[in-house]
Amino acid sequence: MAQAPAGANSLATPSSPHAHGSGGIGSVMGAVVIGLAPVTLFSVYLFGWPALFLLLVTLAFGLAAEAVMLRIMGRPVRAHLLDGSAVVTCLLLGLSLPASAPWWIAALGAVFAIVVGKQLYGGLGANPFNPAMIARVMLLISFPKELSTWPAIKPLFSGRALSFGEGLQVTFGGDKLPALPPDAASAATPLGHLKTELTLNKTVGEILDQGYSHGQALFGTLSGSAGETSALLILLGGLYLWWRGIIGWRIPASMVAATGFLALAFHVWDPSAFPGLGFHLLNGGLLLGAFFIATDMVTSPTTPRGQLIFGSGCGVLTYVIRTWGGYPEGVSFAVVLMNACVPLIDHYTRPRVFGKERAGGPPLGSEE
Amino acid sequence: MAEHEHRTPILPALFQGGIEPAEHKERSSESPIRALPVPEVVHVPLKQHIGNPAQPAVQVGDKVRKGDVIGKPDGFVSVPVHAPTSGTVTGVDDYPAPHPSGLSAPAVTIEADGADEWTDLDPRPDYQELKPAEIRGRIREAGLVGLGGAGFPTFIKLNPGPDRPVDTVILNGGESEPYLTCDDRLMRERPKEILQGASILAYTVGAKRIVVAIESNKWQAISAMLGASAGWPQIEVVAVENRYPMGAEKQLIVSVTGREVPSGRLPADVGVLNQNVGTAYAAYRAIVFGEPLIERVVTVSGSAIAEPANLEVRFGTPIETIARACGGYHDLGRLILGGPLVGSALHSTEPPMVKESNGLIFQTRAEVSGEAAMPCIRCGACVEACPVSLVPNEMYHLARNKEFDRVQDYDLFDCIECGCCAWVCPSNLPLVHYYRYAKSEIQAKEREKEQADIARRRTEARDARLAREKAEKEAKRRAKKKQAGDGQAGKESADPREEAARKAADKRRRMRGEAAADDASGDASADTADSGAEAPDGDESSQQP
Repeated sequence: MAQAPAGANSLATPSSPHAHGSGGIGSVMGAVVIGLAPVTLFSVYLFGWPALFLLLVTLAFGLAAEAVMLRIMGRPVRAHLLDGSAVVTCLLLGLSLPASAPWWIAALGAVFAIVVGKQLYGGLGANPFNPAMIARVMLLISFPKELSTWPAIKPLFSGRALSFGEGLQVTFGGDKLPALPPDAASAATPLGHLKTELTLNKTVGEILDQGYSHGQALFGTLSGSAGETSALLILLGGLYLWWRGIIGWRIPASMVAATGFLALAFHVWDPSAFPGLGFHLLNGGLLLGAFFIATDMVTSPTTPRGQLIFGSGCGVLTYVIRTWGGYPEGVSFAVVLMNACVPLIDHYTRPRVFGKERAGGPPLGSEE
Repeated sequence: MAEHEHRTPILPALFQGGIEPAEHKERSSESPIRALPVPEVVHVPLKQHIGNPAQPAVQVGDKVRKGDVIGKPDGFVSVPVHAPTSGTVTGVDDYPAPHPSGLSAPAVTIEADGADEWTDLDPRPDYQELKPAEIRGRIREAGLVGLGGAGFPTFIKLNPGPDRPVDTVILNGGESEPYLTCDDRLMRERPKEILQGASILAYTVGAKRIVVAIESNKWQAISAMLGASAGWPQIEVVAVENRYPMGAEKQLIVSVTGREVPSGRLPADVGVLNQNVGTAYAAYRAIVFGEPLIERVVTVSGSAIAEPANLEVRFGTPIETIARACGGYHDLGRLILGGPLVGSALHSTEPPMVKESNGLIFQTRAEVSGEAAMPCIRCGACVEACPVSLVPNEMYHLARNKEFDRVQDYDLFDCIECGCCAWVCPSNLPLVHYYRYAKSEIQAKEREKEQADIARRRTEARDARLAREKAEKEAKRRAKKKQAGDGQAGKESADPREEAARKAADKRRRMRGEAAADDASGDASADTADSGAEAPDGDESSQQP
């Protein structure tokens, strides 16, 4: 038995605590990747090879940008690449794009997300805006055509599936889309379809009768961004994250509740002009945003009350943009706008300190 | 885990947050308390409590018996230190202290004679014939301090003053830190003695109700205490939720009584006296047997120690000796005095056991190979875990950026350094370290400011004095000149003594006049202080004793 010589000042004496209960950032990000796995796999199944190519392009460019930036900033490259935060950013960006988008959209978005959205602010933990969403907003404003051309559903292993070569053509072939009739190549999202048709003085009921059902939205057989189609799988991944303790209930619940409340209220007021609760909850990026995007730790409040305010704000803005804004979908704008409010929210929602009346107030029971 | 036998409902934690770390208690919880043989040499530190260190009361060569005072208290917040065994004093000198700094501190070294002979004791099993003040005196003379880890002199806590009536004594059997089982074993093995001690404490502060609060994971201790409390109607035994830091004073009090101790106040402000079960046991030995505090139960555990144990150890026993009694250690990476969440890491096994030491945790190298710290990702886990409802992530950034004023706005001084935030941090940030750093910087700045204030007042006083002296000299010179002129005019003074007396009276008058002028030019507060001089004077004299 090797005994240290008595009196040898050999042991390290760090500050307490001497126990640690967290698996580290890597395990947090790993759990997010696992939570995203069902929708990711489903998107590849649903949209075929282009979806896979697009995700790979996003990851490759995003990770390369991360490595270069870490090197320039003199940070340990390996430790930070392995923390998984860049993987999560790229995955979320890739899943929020139309699967048929050209490769340069994904590459530009990934580089923008990592370089401008994250590293220029100081890297991990220092960025005020969700990097994936700030990149998506940039792309949406700069390249509206590419960001609102939605592919038709062409599941792998089905008769409609694109071949590997056709997939390559879609992603890397520039403007020369494969020779397919336009209707077979692209489709409208339910939110986009509704927005367009409402301008033609149709009622919500008439529009939704043309081939929309909640079941399709739930299982994800309607077009949309790669990762937002299946409400069920998003919910599955989200509940996994909640069960693992990675996300709290406050942000997703308040965001969904806020959109849901407004949807219900306006639908009751005028059902012909405003679609109902189910339509708003199951379509577009609301659920993906509520469980995976608004819950981004770096860019959401840390206080419990702040998280409720933040989530509600995201939900309200999403509904407002969807209903009265120029874009059919508003989750990314809503999240980015609320990101900007986070420091303010955190400042005004500090919890009541034990033994004090309120944040910064006098101690309990003091007469003054 | 065996079935829970007790029927007591479990009181939930009434504080926010908290954590549930791996307990590791099973390593030592089934080892009965065993007395460690008296070592050949003990090094008894003179500071084993919060407050001023005791002053040595013995010299090299003195013979001492067990329980003799070897260190006298110095000032109010201080307690005596006693010889843990009989023998000869061979040194009154610095010895490595059980402190992370690795520095040495004054200690009395005693070579044991093996007889372990008690000094003359004054047992008082009839303690109810003693007045509370007498009990407090005996508790102080016995050197009692809080044995839960803080080491605050017990007699002070027992004297909350007439304006703060205490109605409830809480015996803290929380022991929520991982590894530690010394209180658990004490409650299982000596419940009656603990309750006797609790009764003495309750009698001293005039409390009618005693609540023994034990974390729900220690069901054998709960059963033992329940059994022992049968026939004591004023004693309640309650189970509290197993959630760290349930053993922290204010967190336990709110969970047991629903009373929230205000920030910056003491438990007595809400009518509660909170004492560790070990302290209650020590109070029992001190009053009923007259024995001073010379030993305690300590948990020796961790994966680097061969045989984890609960040992009754004399203070001053080197940790190395204790480790050898537990089969020695291997691959030692970290030695923790206390629990792993608030305890301090020691440089070596050389320092001795002291009154506050409730645990000695030997961790292997593999356990301490820490991952590197990463940037804060604002996950908010610390906010959720903080039992004081602080915002630890903001405090971390502010402390790191040395924004000490702002970090105080974030209630830095309400932080109890329990370590929950750092325990949950995925970025592995040493958060508590930053809070300690900020606290010590702020305190140092305050001391500096105080010193500067004193220096400034001194300089001002000196300047005023110099100005006055100069004016006096000038006046004197003028007076002389005038006198000389008078003399020349032929007005011869009669008696030189009369002349001197007149001069002196003149000078006194001038000084008084000048002093009055000074006051008038001085600030208003000086004026009011002057005018009200008589009343404060009386006050001061009454404060003197």
